[in-house]
Amino acid sequence: MKLRRVVVTGIGTINPLGNNIEQYFENLEKGVSGATPITHFDASKFKTQFACEVKGFDPNEHFDRKEARKYDRFTQFALVAAKQAVQDAGLTDAEEGIAEGIDKDRVGVVWASGIGGIETFFNEVTNFAKGDGTPKYNPFFIPKMIADIAAGHISMKYGFRGPNYCTVSACSSSNHAFIDALNLIRWGKADIIVSGGSEAAVNPAGIGGFNAMQALSTRNDDPATASRPYDTGRDGFVMGEGAGALVLEEYEHAKARGAKIYAEVVGGGMSADAYHLTAPDPQGAGAARAMQEALKDAGLKPEDVDYINTHGTSTPAGDIPELTGIQSVFGDHIYKVNISSTKSMTGHLLGGAAAVEALACIMAIDRGIVPPTINVTERDPQIDERINLTLGTAQKRDIDCALSNTFGFGGHNSTVIFKKVQ
Amino acid sequence: MSDISSKVVEIIVDKLGVDASEAVPTASFTNDLGADSLDTVELIMEFEKEFEISIPDEDAEKIATVGDAITYIEGKKN
Repeated sequence: MKLRRVVVTGIGTINPLGNNIEQYFENLEKGVSGATPITHFDASKFKTQFACEVKGFDPNEHFDRKEARKYDRFTQFALVAAKQAVQDAGLTDAEEGIAEGIDKDRVGVVWASGIGGIETFFNEVTNFAKGDGTPKYNPFFIPKMIADIAAGHISMKYGFRGPNYCTVSACSSSNHAFIDALNLIRWGKADIIVSGGSEAAVNPAGIGGFNAMQALSTRNDDPATASRPYDTGRDGFVMGEGAGALVLEEYEHAKARGAKIYAEVVGGGMSADAYHLTAPDPQGAGAARAMQEALKDAGLKPEDVDYINTHGTSTPAGDIPELTGIQSVFGDHIYKVNISSTKSMTGHLLGGAAAVEALACIMAIDRGIVPPTINVTERDPQIDERINLTLGTAQKRDIDCALSNTFGFGGHNSTVIFKKVQ
Repeated sequence: MSDISSKVVEIIVDKLGVDASEAVPTASFTNDLGADSLDTVELIMEFEKEFEISIPDEDAEKIATVGDAITYIEGKKN
C-alpha cells in the first residue's frame, strides 16, 4: 500500500514569546527570552521564582465566562492555538462556520498534554483538605482535569468527528501526537487532523514538584538568562506554558482546495531508553534510535537534514547525551547542520514543547530563518567545537529539511522530520 | 424581591452566564437557561454553600426552575 503524504496547512500558538504566530516568530528570530518572575501565584517561598509564562492572556477575551470556568488553563491554551491554526488553514469561513467542502467526519484531533489540568486537581484537592472530610468536589473537576479533554473540546467546538484522543509521554507528548496524526492520515483514517499540545503547570504543584526533583533552574537573580542549554552554567530547565497547533492534511486534499502548504511531515521515530526514571541514557542511544527510525520512516539520509531543533532543556544531565546521540547518527554531517535549542527562549513547555518547536522548524523551512540558542556565554567544553549551535543570533539559511527531537521522563524519545514540499 | 431570591438569581447569573432578566421564577435551568446536568449539580452545590444548607439528592432532583430553588431555600431557612 502506498502511504498518503501529509502536509502542514495551518499553524497557531500561544506561548511565552507571543500570543500568535507572528509575535512568536518575530521573537524567536530576535532571540528574546520569555522568562520573567512568576505572576501566576505567590512563589516567594519556592526555590524557583520565575518561569516562562504566557503574557497578557485574559480567558474572557476568548471565551464567555461560563465556558472559561469549565476549561483548565491548558485547555484554554489549546482552544486558542487550535482556533488560529484552523482559521489559518481555511477550515472555517468568515462566520466561523466550517468551510464548504470540509467533511467533518474526516477531520480528527490528536492533542497532547504531559500532565493535563494539574491546577484544577490542585485546587479541588486543596479545597477538600481544608474541609471537614465531607466531599465537596465541583462536578467539573474530573472533566476539567483529564488530559484528553482539550482534544474533546476542540472537536465539540468545530464538530470534527474523526479520530480523537490525547497522547501522553511527558515532555515528548506533542511529537507523539504528530506521529500518530501523520500515520492516521497516511493510512486513510482521516484527511485532516488538528494536532499539537498544551501545558499549564506554572502553579504551586508544578513548580514545587519539579523543584523537588532539582529539575528547575534557580537563577532567580536573572531569569532571562536562566535557560542556557550548552552553557557550562546551566542549572536546570525553566518552566514554560502555552500551546502550539498544526493542521495536518493529506497532500492531495490540501492541493485540491488550494491550501497554503508550509511543509511536509515526512517521518516520525520513537524509542525508549529503558534506562532511568528521569536521567537520559548517557550515550544518547535511545535518542539516536528515535532519530534513525524517523529518517528511515521518511526515506531520508542524515545528509538530507539541514536543521535540528534539539530537546536541549538546559539541564546538566540532558544536553550532552542528546548531542552524543546526534553525532552517532549524523557522523561528520553534524558539522554542516544548524542545531539550536529554542527552549533557551520559550522555556520548557513540557507536553507542549514539541508543538512550539515544530513551529520553529516550520519557520526555518518556510522563511529560511534558523532560530538561535541564546544565553550561551561559556560553551560547555565537552561539546565538539565544530558543532554549529546557532549561538546568540538567528541565521538565514535555506532549510529544506528540519528534524525536531523531544524526550520525556520515563525514557520516551520521539523525533519528527519536516521538509519543504517537492 | 427577597434577599434569598436576589441571591439565588445572582448565583444563577454567575454560574450559567445568563442575563438576570432571563432568570424569572418559571425559567427551567435545563430548558430555558442552557444548563446541562453538571451545571445543575454545580448550582445546587453553590446554593448549599451560599445559604449554609444541605440539599439531599432526592430534593435536588425536584429543583428544576428558578422558582423551585427560591421556594425550597426559603423553606429551609425559615
